[in-house]
Amino acid sequence: MKHVYGWLLLAPAAILLVGFTHYPAAATLFQSVFSTGTAVRPSRFVGLGNYAALVEDPTFWQVLGNNFWFALGTIPTSIALALLMAIWVNGKLPARALVRMSYFTPTILPMIAVANLWLYFYTPQIGLLDKVSGLFGAPSHNWLGDPHTVMGCLIAMTIWKEAGFFMIFYLAALQSLPPELEEAARIEGASRWYFFWRVTFPLLMPTTLFVLVNATINSFKLVDHLFILTKGGPDNASNLLLYYIYQVAFSFFDTAYAATLTVILLFLLGVFAILQFQLIEKRVHYR
Amino acid sequence: MNILEKIAAWVLAILWLSPLLYAMWAAFHPPEFATHFNPLAPLTLANFEKAWGYAPFARYFLNTVILVTMVLAAQLVLCTLAGFAFARFEFAGRDIAFALVLVQLMIMPEVLIVENYQTMSRLGLVDTILGIGLPYMASAFGIFLLRQTFKTIPRELEDAARVEGCSWLGVLWRVYVPLARPTYLAYALVSVSYHWNNFLWPLVVTNSVNTRPLTVGLAIFGAPESGVDWSVISAGTLMAVAPLLLAFLLFQRQFMQSFMQAGIK
Repeated sequence: MKHVYGWLLLAPAAILLVGFTHYPAAATLFQSVFSTGTAVRPSRFVGLGNYAALVEDPTFWQVLGNNFWFALGTIPTSIALALLMAIWVNGKLPARALVRMSYFTPTILPMIAVANLWLYFYTPQIGLLDKVSGLFGAPSHNWLGDPHTVMGCLIAMTIWKEAGFFMIFYLAALQSLPPELEEAARIEGASRWYFFWRVTFPLLMPTTLFVLVNATINSFKLVDHLFILTKGGPDNASNLLLYYIYQVAFSFFDTAYAATLTVILLFLLGVFAILQFQLIEKRVHYR
Repeated sequence: MNILEKIAAWVLAILWLSPLLYAMWAAFHPPEFATHFNPLAPLTLANFEKAWGYAPFARYFLNTVILVTMVLAAQLVLCTLAGFAFARFEFAGRDIAFALVLVQLMIMPEVLIVENYQTMSRLGLVDTILGIGLPYMASAFGIFLLRQTFKTIPRELEDAARVEGCSWLGVLWRVYVPLARPTYLAYALVSVSYHWNNFLWPLVVTNSVNTRPLTVGLAIFGAPESGVDWSVISAGTLMAVAPLLLAFLLFQRQFMQSFMQAGIK
Protein backbone atom coordinates (compact mmCIF):
# COMPACT_ATOMS: atom_id res chain seq x y z
CA MET A 1 0.00 0.00 0.00
CA LYS A 2 2.86 2.36 0.80
CA HIS A 3 4.05 2.08 -2.79
CA VAL A 4 0.66 3.02 -4.15
CA TYR A 5 0.18 5.94 -1.79
CA GLY A 6 3.69 7.21 -2.43
CA TRP A 7 3.18 7.27 -6.16
CA LEU A 8 -0.35 8.65 -5.88
CA LEU A 9 0.94 11.59 -3.89
CA LEU A 10 3.74 12.14 -6.33
CA ALA A 11 1.68 11.62 -9.48
CA PRO A 12 0.33 15.15 -10.13
CA ALA A 13 3.76 16.75 -9.79
CA ALA A 14 5.44 13.91 -11.68
CA ILE A 15 3.13 14.25 -14.68
CA LEU A 16 3.85 17.96 -14.99
CA LEU A 17 7.57 17.51 -14.44
CA VAL A 18 7.81 14.82 -17.08
CA GLY A 19 5.62 16.85 -19.44
CA PHE A 20 7.57 20.10 -19.20
CA THR A 21 11.09 19.05 -18.29
CA HIS A 22 12.00 15.48 -19.17
CA TYR A 23 9.86 15.01 -22.24
CA PRO A 24 10.89 18.32 -23.87
CA ALA A 25 14.55 17.67 -23.05
CA ALA A 26 14.35 14.28 -24.76
CA ALA A 27 12.29 15.68 -27.62
CA THR A 28 14.89 18.40 -28.16
CA LEU A 29 17.56 15.75 -28.59
CA PHE A 30 15.27 13.87 -30.99
CA GLN A 31 14.41 16.97 -33.03
CA SER A 32 18.04 17.93 -33.39
CA VAL A 33 18.65 14.99 -35.76
CA PHE A 34 15.75 15.94 -38.04
CA SER A 35 15.36 18.81 -40.48
CA THR A 36 12.79 21.54 -39.99
CA GLY A 37 9.61 20.51 -41.83
CA THR A 38 7.85 22.98 -44.13
CA ALA A 39 4.56 22.78 -45.99
CA VAL A 40 6.35 21.59 -49.12
CA ARG A 41 9.11 19.53 -47.56
CA PRO A 42 8.26 17.41 -44.55
CA SER A 43 10.78 16.92 -41.78
CA ARG A 44 13.26 14.12 -42.45
CA PHE A 45 16.09 12.40 -40.61
CA VAL A 46 19.38 14.21 -41.19
CA GLY A 47 21.60 12.50 -38.61
CA LEU A 48 24.24 14.91 -37.38
CA GLY A 49 23.50 17.34 -40.23
CA ASN A 50 22.27 20.05 -37.89
CA TYR A 51 25.37 19.70 -35.78
CA ALA A 52 27.55 20.00 -38.87
CA ALA A 53 25.65 23.18 -39.74
CA LEU A 54 26.21 24.39 -36.19
CA VAL A 55 29.96 23.95 -36.43
CA GLU A 56 29.87 25.91 -39.70
CA ASP A 57 27.65 28.66 -38.29
CA PRO A 58 29.83 31.70 -37.46
CA THR A 59 26.98 33.25 -35.46
CA PHE A 60 26.91 30.23 -33.16
CA TRP A 61 30.60 30.59 -32.36
CA GLN A 62 30.24 34.32 -31.93
CA VAL A 63 27.32 33.84 -29.54
CA LEU A 64 29.20 31.21 -27.56
CA GLY A 65 32.19 33.53 -27.37
CA ASN A 66 29.92 36.37 -26.22
CA ASN A 67 28.54 34.12 -23.52
CA PHE A 68 32.08 33.37 -22.41
CA TRP A 69 33.03 37.06 -22.23
CA PHE A 70 29.75 37.91 -20.57
CA ALA A 71 30.46 35.26 -17.91
CA LEU A 72 34.05 36.38 -17.49
CA GLY A 73 33.02 40.02 -17.28
CA THR A 74 30.21 39.59 -14.80
CA ILE A 75 31.21 36.74 -12.49
CA PRO A 76 34.55 37.70 -10.88
CA THR A 77 33.55 41.34 -10.43
CA SER A 78 30.12 40.63 -9.00
CA ILE A 79 31.55 38.02 -6.62
CA ALA A 80 34.29 40.38 -5.42
CA LEU A 81 31.77 43.18 -4.98
CA ALA A 82 29.37 40.85 -3.19
CA LEU A 83 32.08 39.85 -0.74
CA LEU A 84 33.04 43.47 -0.14
CA MET A 85 29.41 44.44 0.38
CA ALA A 86 28.89 41.58 2.82
CA ILE A 87 31.94 42.52 4.85
CA TRP A 88 30.82 46.15 5.00
CA VAL A 89 27.27 45.34 5.89
CA ASN A 90 28.45 42.83 8.50
CA GLY A 91 30.69 45.43 10.18
CA LYS A 92 29.88 48.38 12.38
CA LEU A 93 28.45 50.70 9.79
CA PRO A 94 26.08 53.59 10.53
CA ALA A 95 22.73 53.16 8.72
CA ARG A 96 23.66 49.56 8.04
CA ALA A 97 20.13 48.37 7.27
CA LEU A 98 19.72 51.13 4.70
CA VAL A 99 22.99 50.26 2.99
CA ARG A 100 22.10 46.57 2.93
CA MET A 101 18.73 47.37 1.43
CA SER A 102 20.32 49.51 -1.30
CA TYR A 103 22.65 46.68 -2.27
CA PHE A 104 19.90 44.10 -2.37
CA THR A 105 17.16 46.11 -4.11
CA PRO A 106 18.22 45.32 -7.71
CA THR A 107 17.66 41.62 -6.98
CA ILE A 108 13.91 41.98 -6.73
CA LEU A 109 13.50 44.07 -9.89
CA PRO A 110 12.60 42.28 -13.13
CA MET A 111 15.37 42.34 -15.72
CA ILE A 112 13.00 44.14 -18.12
CA ALA A 113 12.55 47.01 -15.69
CA VAL A 114 16.29 47.10 -15.05
CA ALA A 115 16.93 47.36 -18.78
CA ASN A 116 14.40 50.19 -19.03
CA LEU A 117 16.16 52.08 -16.24
CA TRP A 118 19.62 51.54 -17.68
CA LEU A 119 18.67 52.36 -21.25
CA TYR A 120 18.57 55.96 -20.13
CA PHE A 121 22.21 55.87 -19.05
CA TYR A 122 23.37 54.51 -22.37
CA THR A 123 21.30 56.57 -24.80
CA PRO A 124 23.51 58.82 -26.98
CA GLN A 125 23.41 62.55 -26.27
CA ILE A 126 20.63 62.63 -23.69
CA GLY A 127 21.94 59.65 -21.67
CA LEU A 128 23.75 60.11 -18.39
CA LEU A 129 26.92 58.38 -19.60
CA ASP A 130 27.22 60.79 -22.52
CA LYS A 131 26.51 63.75 -20.29
CA VAL A 132 29.23 62.74 -17.87
CA SER A 133 31.77 62.01 -20.59
CA GLY A 134 30.69 65.27 -22.27
CA LEU A 135 31.88 67.14 -19.18
CA PHE A 136 35.36 65.91 -20.01
CA GLY A 137 34.97 67.01 -23.60
CA ALA A 138 34.49 63.50 -25.05
CA PRO A 139 32.28 63.35 -28.15
CA SER A 140 28.86 61.72 -28.03
CA HIS A 141 29.02 57.96 -28.28
CA ASN A 142 26.41 55.34 -29.17
CA TRP A 143 27.28 52.99 -26.33
CA LEU A 144 24.86 50.21 -27.25
CA GLY A 145 25.31 50.66 -30.99
CA ASP A 146 29.05 50.13 -30.97
CA PRO A 147 30.20 46.48 -31.02
CA HIS A 148 33.21 47.44 -28.87
CA THR A 149 31.27 48.97 -26.01
CA VAL A 150 27.94 47.11 -26.05
CA MET A 151 29.13 44.09 -24.07
CA GLY A 152 30.71 46.28 -21.43
CA CYS A 153 27.39 48.09 -21.00
CA LEU A 154 25.51 44.83 -20.49
CA ILE A 155 28.17 43.52 -18.11
CA ALA A 156 28.04 46.65 -15.94
CA MET A 157 24.27 46.40 -15.69
CA THR A 158 24.34 42.70 -14.84
CA ILE A 159 26.90 43.23 -12.10
CA TRP A 160 24.62 45.86 -10.61
CA LYS A 161 21.71 43.45 -10.76
CA GLU A 162 23.49 40.41 -9.28
CA ALA A 163 26.07 41.56 -6.72
CA GLY A 164 23.47 42.21 -4.00
CA PHE A 165 21.98 38.77 -4.46
CA PHE A 166 25.33 37.06 -3.98
CA MET A 167 26.01 39.34 -1.02
CA ILE A 168 23.37 37.64 1.12
CA PHE A 169 25.14 34.28 0.85
CA TYR A 170 28.41 35.80 2.01
CA LEU A 171 26.57 37.64 4.74
CA ALA A 172 25.09 34.39 6.04
CA ALA A 173 28.49 32.70 5.88
CA LEU A 174 30.21 35.58 7.68
CA GLN A 175 27.64 35.53 10.44
CA SER A 176 28.22 31.83 10.98
CA LEU A 177 31.98 32.30 11.51
CA PRO A 178 32.94 32.05 15.20
CA PRO A 179 33.76 35.54 16.59
CA GLU A 180 36.64 34.04 18.60
CA LEU A 181 38.67 33.89 15.40
CA GLU A 182 38.70 37.63 15.01
CA GLU A 183 39.42 38.18 18.70
CA ALA A 184 42.33 35.77 18.56
CA ALA A 185 43.70 37.50 15.47
CA ARG A 186 43.40 40.89 17.16
CA ILE A 187 45.29 39.67 20.23
CA GLU A 188 47.99 38.28 17.95
CA GLY A 189 48.18 41.68 16.29
CA ALA A 190 47.25 40.48 12.80
CA SER A 191 46.19 43.23 10.41
CA ARG A 192 42.66 43.15 8.99
CA TRP A 193 44.08 42.56 5.56
CA TYR A 194 46.12 39.58 6.74
CA PHE A 195 43.18 38.21 8.71
CA PHE A 196 40.94 38.46 5.66
CA TRP A 197 43.28 36.60 3.30
CA ARG A 198 44.49 34.02 5.78
CA VAL A 199 41.31 33.29 7.74
CA THR A 200 38.07 34.74 6.37
CA PHE A 201 38.61 34.15 2.68
CA PRO A 202 39.63 30.47 2.99
CA LEU A 203 36.73 29.79 5.35
CA LEU A 204 34.35 31.37 2.83
CA MET A 205 35.61 29.14 0.02
CA PRO A 206 32.55 26.85 -0.04
CA THR A 207 30.34 29.94 -0.38
CA THR A 208 32.55 31.31 -3.14
CA LEU A 209 32.36 28.06 -5.08
CA PHE A 210 28.62 27.90 -4.61
CA VAL A 211 28.13 31.47 -5.81
CA LEU A 212 30.51 30.83 -8.68
CA VAL A 213 28.46 27.93 -10.04
CA ASN A 214 25.20 29.84 -9.61
CA ALA A 215 26.63 32.89 -11.33
CA THR A 216 27.81 30.77 -14.23
CA ILE A 217 24.38 29.21 -14.66
CA ASN A 218 22.78 32.66 -14.50
CA SER A 219 25.08 33.97 -17.17
CA PHE A 220 23.53 31.43 -19.54
CA LYS A 221 19.94 31.99 -18.48
CA LEU A 222 19.85 35.77 -18.24
CA VAL A 223 18.79 37.22 -21.59
CA ASP A 224 15.68 39.29 -20.83
CA HIS A 225 17.56 42.58 -20.99
CA LEU A 226 18.59 41.95 -24.60
CA PHE A 227 14.97 42.32 -25.70
CA ILE A 228 15.01 45.95 -24.53
CA LEU A 229 18.58 47.08 -24.96
CA THR A 230 20.09 45.57 -28.08
CA LYS A 231 18.11 42.67 -29.56
CA GLY A 232 21.48 40.91 -29.72
CA GLY A 233 22.97 43.57 -31.96
CA PRO A 234 24.79 45.35 -33.41
CA ASP A 235 25.71 42.46 -35.71
CA ASN A 236 25.27 39.88 -32.94
CA ALA A 237 27.92 41.65 -30.86
CA SER A 238 25.77 41.26 -27.74
CA ASN A 239 23.87 38.10 -28.67
CA LEU A 240 23.81 35.29 -26.11
CA LEU A 241 23.03 31.60 -26.59
CA LEU A 242 19.51 31.53 -25.17
CA TYR A 243 18.56 34.69 -27.04
CA TYR A 244 19.93 33.20 -30.24
CA ILE A 245 17.79 30.11 -29.62
CA TYR A 246 14.78 32.39 -29.27
CA GLN A 247 15.62 34.17 -32.52
CA VAL A 248 16.19 30.98 -34.47
CA ALA A 249 12.96 29.42 -33.17
CA PHE A 250 10.58 32.36 -33.19
CA SER A 251 11.98 34.80 -35.75
CA PHE A 252 13.58 32.45 -38.30
CA PHE A 253 11.19 29.54 -37.50
CA ASP A 254 13.97 26.97 -37.81
CA THR A 255 12.87 24.69 -34.96
CA ALA A 256 15.30 21.88 -35.77
CA TYR A 257 18.28 24.19 -35.58
CA ALA A 258 16.88 25.81 -32.45
CA ALA A 259 16.64 22.33 -30.93
CA THR A 260 20.27 21.67 -31.86
CA LEU A 261 21.33 24.88 -30.14
CA THR A 262 19.21 23.94 -27.12
CA VAL A 263 21.08 20.62 -26.89
CA ILE A 264 24.32 22.58 -26.55
CA LEU A 265 22.78 24.73 -23.83
CA LEU A 266 21.44 21.66 -22.01
CA PHE A 267 24.87 20.06 -22.23
CA LEU A 268 26.51 23.12 -20.70
CA LEU A 269 23.91 23.33 -17.92
CA GLY A 270 24.39 19.60 -17.29
CA VAL A 271 28.11 20.07 -16.81
CA PHE A 272 27.47 22.86 -14.30
CA ALA A 273 24.91 20.67 -12.54
CA ILE A 274 27.47 17.91 -12.04
CA LEU A 275 29.93 20.47 -10.71
CA GLN A 276 27.33 21.75 -8.30
CA PHE A 277 26.41 18.30 -7.01
CA GLN A 278 30.04 17.53 -6.35
CA LEU A 279 30.23 20.78 -4.47
CA ILE A 280 27.27 19.91 -2.30
CA GLU A 281 28.84 16.55 -1.49
CA LYS A 282 32.03 18.30 -0.44
CA ARG A 283 30.05 20.62 1.79
CA VAL A 284 28.60 17.66 3.63
CA HIS A 285 32.16 16.47 4.30
CA TYR A 286 33.07 19.79 5.87
CA ARG A 287 30.49 19.33 8.59
CA MET B 1 36.31 49.73 9.86
CA ASN B 2 37.90 53.10 9.18
CA ILE B 3 36.13 56.19 7.97
CA LEU B 4 37.28 55.80 4.38
CA GLU B 5 35.71 52.38 4.18
CA LYS B 6 32.47 53.68 5.64
CA ILE B 7 32.35 56.42 3.06
CA ALA B 8 33.07 53.90 0.31
CA ALA B 9 30.24 51.68 1.56
CA TRP B 10 27.81 54.59 1.46
CA VAL B 11 28.96 55.81 -1.92
CA LEU B 12 28.43 52.32 -3.30
CA ALA B 13 24.97 52.22 -1.70
CA ILE B 14 24.01 55.51 -3.33
CA LEU B 15 25.43 54.33 -6.63
CA TRP B 16 23.37 51.14 -6.31
CA LEU B 17 20.18 53.06 -5.66
CA SER B 18 20.81 55.71 -8.28
CA PRO B 19 19.08 54.05 -11.26
CA LEU B 20 15.94 53.72 -9.18
CA LEU B 21 16.27 57.22 -7.75
CA TYR B 22 16.72 58.60 -11.23
CA ALA B 23 13.61 56.80 -12.45
CA MET B 24 11.70 58.38 -9.59
CA TRP B 25 13.02 61.80 -10.49
CA ALA B 26 12.01 61.41 -14.12
CA ALA B 27 8.63 59.90 -13.28
CA PHE B 28 7.54 62.59 -10.85
CA HIS B 29 8.69 65.62 -12.86
CA PRO B 30 7.54 67.07 -16.19
CA PRO B 31 9.44 65.66 -19.21
CA GLU B 32 11.45 68.86 -19.75
CA PHE B 33 13.14 68.18 -16.41
CA ALA B 34 13.88 64.52 -17.18
CA THR B 35 17.54 65.28 -17.85
CA HIS B 36 17.71 68.60 -15.98
CA PHE B 37 18.25 68.23 -12.29
CA ASN B 38 16.69 71.28 -10.74
CA PRO B 39 15.56 71.01 -7.13
CA LEU B 40 12.82 73.54 -7.84
CA ALA B 41 11.27 71.49 -10.65
CA PRO B 42 7.54 71.09 -10.11
CA LEU B 43 6.22 67.69 -9.08
CA THR B 44 3.60 65.99 -11.20
CA LEU B 45 1.67 62.74 -11.59
CA ALA B 46 0.97 63.39 -15.27
CA ASN B 47 3.57 60.82 -16.40
CA PHE B 48 1.79 58.08 -14.50
CA GLU B 49 -1.51 59.12 -15.99
CA LYS B 50 0.00 59.04 -19.48
CA ALA B 51 1.67 55.66 -18.96
CA TRP B 52 -1.59 54.26 -17.63
CA GLY B 53 -3.33 55.53 -20.76
CA TYR B 54 -0.70 54.42 -23.31
CA ALA B 55 -0.82 50.75 -22.40
CA PRO B 56 -3.52 48.59 -20.78
CA PHE B 57 -1.65 48.41 -17.50
CA ALA B 58 -4.76 47.59 -15.52
CA ARG B 59 -5.21 44.45 -17.59
CA TYR B 60 -1.51 43.56 -17.32
CA PHE B 61 -1.69 43.91 -13.55
CA LEU B 62 -4.73 41.68 -13.44
CA ASN B 63 -3.02 39.07 -15.63
CA THR B 64 0.10 39.05 -13.48
CA VAL B 65 -1.92 38.78 -10.27
CA ILE B 66 -3.94 35.88 -11.70
CA LEU B 67 -0.78 34.19 -12.95
CA VAL B 68 1.15 34.56 -9.71
CA THR B 69 -1.78 33.43 -7.56
CA MET B 70 -2.58 30.45 -9.77
CA VAL B 71 1.02 29.27 -9.95
CA LEU B 72 1.57 29.64 -6.22
CA ALA B 73 -1.65 27.86 -5.27
CA ALA B 74 -0.88 24.93 -7.57
CA GLN B 75 2.74 24.80 -6.40
CA LEU B 76 1.76 24.70 -2.75
CA VAL B 77 -0.59 21.76 -3.27
CA LEU B 78 1.59 19.75 -5.68
CA CYS B 79 4.84 20.32 -3.83
CA THR B 80 3.29 19.51 -0.46
CA LEU B 81 1.99 16.17 -1.72
CA ALA B 82 5.20 15.27 -3.52
CA GLY B 83 7.43 16.51 -0.71
CA PHE B 84 5.42 14.47 1.78
CA ALA B 85 5.71 11.37 -0.40
CA PHE B 86 9.49 11.75 -0.61
CA ALA B 87 9.89 12.49 3.09
CA ARG B 88 7.63 9.87 4.64
CA PHE B 89 6.79 7.09 2.16
CA GLU B 90 9.14 4.35 1.14
CA PHE B 91 7.94 3.44 -2.31
CA ALA B 92 9.66 1.62 -5.13
CA GLY B 93 11.83 3.88 -7.29
CA ARG B 94 11.76 6.75 -4.81
CA ASP B 95 15.41 7.67 -5.07
CA ILE B 96 15.43 7.61 -8.85
CA ALA B 97 12.24 9.66 -8.92
CA PHE B 98 13.80 12.18 -6.57
CA ALA B 99 16.92 12.49 -8.72
CA LEU B 100 14.68 13.05 -11.75
CA VAL B 101 12.82 15.78 -9.90
CA LEU B 102 16.08 17.55 -9.13
CA VAL B 103 16.86 17.74 -12.85
CA GLN B 104 14.39 20.62 -13.05
CA LEU B 105 16.56 22.73 -10.73
CA MET B 106 19.02 22.94 -13.58
CA ILE B 107 16.75 22.80 -16.62
CA MET B 108 14.09 25.38 -15.91
CA PRO B 109 11.18 25.50 -18.36
CA GLU B 110 12.44 28.71 -19.98
CA VAL B 111 15.46 26.87 -21.36
CA LEU B 112 13.14 24.52 -23.27
CA ILE B 113 11.04 27.26 -24.90
CA VAL B 114 11.08 25.59 -28.31
CA GLU B 115 9.61 22.24 -27.26
CA ASN B 116 7.36 23.62 -24.55
CA TYR B 117 5.82 26.01 -27.04
CA GLN B 118 4.97 23.06 -29.28
CA THR B 119 3.46 21.19 -26.35
CA MET B 120 1.33 24.20 -25.49
CA SER B 121 0.06 24.55 -29.02
CA ARG B 122 -0.86 20.84 -29.04
CA LEU B 123 -2.74 21.35 -25.77
CA GLY B 124 -4.39 24.46 -27.19
CA LEU B 125 -2.97 26.53 -24.35
CA VAL B 126 -1.01 29.09 -26.37
CA ASP B 127 -2.00 32.59 -25.35
CA THR B 128 -3.66 31.56 -22.09
CA ILE B 129 -2.60 32.43 -18.57
CA LEU B 130 -2.78 28.73 -17.70
CA GLY B 131 -0.27 28.14 -20.50
CA ILE B 132 2.20 30.55 -18.87
CA GLY B 133 1.84 28.96 -15.47
CA LEU B 134 1.53 25.24 -16.20
CA PRO B 135 5.23 24.40 -16.77
CA TYR B 136 6.12 25.93 -13.39
CA MET B 137 3.44 24.34 -11.24
CA ALA B 138 5.44 21.26 -10.33
CA SER B 139 8.45 22.99 -8.88
CA ALA B 140 11.51 20.88 -8.06
CA PHE B 141 12.68 23.58 -5.72
CA GLY B 142 9.40 23.53 -3.79
CA ILE B 143 9.38 19.75 -3.57
CA PHE B 144 12.96 19.72 -2.37
CA LEU B 145 12.41 22.45 0.21
CA LEU B 146 9.30 20.81 1.66
CA ARG B 147 10.86 17.36 1.69
CA GLN B 148 13.76 18.70 3.75
CA THR B 149 11.40 20.46 6.15
CA PHE B 150 9.08 17.49 6.55
CA LYS B 151 12.06 15.26 7.30
CA THR B 152 13.00 17.37 10.30
CA ILE B 153 9.59 16.93 11.91
CA PRO B 154 9.80 14.24 14.63
CA ARG B 155 7.93 11.05 13.85
CA GLU B 156 6.55 10.94 17.40
CA LEU B 157 4.22 13.80 16.52
CA GLU B 158 2.87 11.80 13.60
CA ASP B 159 2.50 8.67 15.71
CA ALA B 160 0.63 10.58 18.39
CA ALA B 161 -1.79 11.96 15.82
CA ARG B 162 -2.25 8.47 14.38
CA VAL B 163 -3.13 7.11 17.82
CA GLU B 164 -5.75 9.82 18.08
CA GLY B 165 -7.28 8.35 14.93
CA CYS B 166 -5.98 10.79 12.34
CA SER B 167 -5.73 9.47 8.75
CA TRP B 168 -2.39 10.14 7.06
CA LEU B 169 -3.96 12.91 5.04
CA GLY B 170 -5.13 14.34 8.35
CA VAL B 171 -1.61 13.97 9.68
CA LEU B 172 -0.27 15.90 6.73
CA TRP B 173 -2.83 18.67 7.16
CA ARG B 174 -2.78 18.90 10.97
CA VAL B 175 0.84 18.12 11.79
CA TYR B 176 3.18 18.62 8.87
CA VAL B 177 1.70 21.64 7.11
CA PRO B 178 1.37 23.83 10.23
CA LEU B 179 4.89 23.00 11.36
CA ALA B 180 6.33 23.86 7.95
CA ARG B 181 4.80 27.34 7.92
CA PRO B 182 8.13 29.25 7.76
CA THR B 183 9.18 27.17 4.76
CA TYR B 184 5.88 27.91 3.03
CA LEU B 185 6.33 31.62 3.63
CA ALA B 186 9.90 31.63 2.28
CA TYR B 187 8.87 29.60 -0.73
CA ALA B 188 5.86 31.80 -1.43
CA LEU B 189 7.96 34.97 -1.42
CA VAL B 190 10.47 33.52 -3.84
CA SER B 191 7.80 32.09 -6.11
CA VAL B 192 5.81 35.32 -6.24
CA SER B 193 8.93 37.39 -6.98
CA TYR B 194 10.06 34.94 -9.63
CA HIS B 195 6.77 34.87 -11.50
CA TRP B 196 6.09 38.56 -11.09
CA ASN B 197 9.43 39.16 -12.83
CA ASN B 198 9.53 36.25 -15.26
CA PHE B 199 9.70 37.28 -18.90
CA LEU B 200 11.01 34.94 -21.58
CA TRP B 201 8.47 32.13 -21.38
CA PRO B 202 5.47 34.46 -20.97
CA LEU B 203 6.72 36.42 -23.98
CA VAL B 204 6.91 33.28 -26.08
CA VAL B 205 3.55 31.86 -25.12
CA THR B 206 1.35 34.98 -25.09
CA ASN B 207 0.32 37.25 -27.92
CA SER B 208 -2.59 39.35 -26.73
CA VAL B 209 -3.44 41.99 -24.18
CA ASN B 210 -5.76 39.63 -22.33
CA THR B 211 -2.99 37.24 -21.32
CA ARG B 212 0.23 39.28 -21.28
CA PRO B 213 1.75 39.74 -17.83
CA LEU B 214 3.26 43.05 -16.72
CA THR B 215 6.83 42.27 -17.76
CA VAL B 216 5.84 41.49 -21.34
CA GLY B 217 3.56 44.52 -21.47
CA LEU B 218 6.34 46.68 -20.09
CA ALA B 219 8.79 45.39 -22.70
CA ILE B 220 6.46 46.37 -25.54
CA PHE B 221 5.73 49.69 -23.89
CA GLY B 222 9.38 50.51 -23.19
CA ALA B 223 10.84 49.44 -26.53
CA PRO B 224 12.74 52.40 -28.05
CA GLU B 225 10.74 52.15 -31.26
CA SER B 226 7.51 52.79 -29.37
CA GLY B 227 8.59 56.44 -29.18
CA VAL B 228 7.34 57.02 -25.65
CA ASP B 229 9.40 59.59 -23.75
CA TRP B 230 11.65 58.91 -20.77
CA SER B 231 9.45 60.29 -18.10
CA VAL B 232 6.57 58.10 -19.18
CA ILE B 233 8.74 54.98 -19.47
CA SER B 234 10.11 55.63 -16.00
CA ALA B 235 6.59 56.04 -14.66
CA GLY B 236 5.46 52.81 -16.33
CA THR B 237 8.49 50.91 -15.06
CA LEU B 238 7.97 52.14 -11.51
CA MET B 239 4.29 51.16 -11.65
CA ALA B 240 5.21 47.65 -12.76
CA VAL B 241 7.76 47.10 -9.99
CA ALA B 242 5.94 49.04 -7.26
CA PRO B 243 3.98 46.19 -5.61
CA LEU B 244 7.01 43.95 -5.23
CA LEU B 245 9.29 46.84 -4.27
CA LEU B 246 6.90 48.02 -1.55
CA ALA B 247 6.54 44.49 -0.22
CA PHE B 248 10.31 44.21 -0.11
CA LEU B 249 10.73 47.52 1.71
CA LEU B 250 8.20 46.41 4.31
CA PHE B 251 9.50 42.88 4.82
CA GLN B 252 13.20 43.22 3.98
CA ARG B 253 14.55 40.66 6.39
CA GLN B 254 12.04 38.02 5.39
CA PHE B 255 12.75 38.64 1.71
CA MET B 256 16.51 38.33 2.07
CA GLN B 257 16.25 35.19 4.15
CA SER B 258 13.85 33.60 1.69
CA PHE B 259 16.07 34.41 -1.26
CA MET B 260 19.01 32.95 0.59
CA GLN B 261 17.17 29.71 1.29
CA ALA B 262 16.14 29.63 -2.34
CA GLY B 263 19.72 29.93 -3.47
CA ILE B 264 21.24 27.43 -1.08
CA LYS B 265 18.55 24.81 -1.65
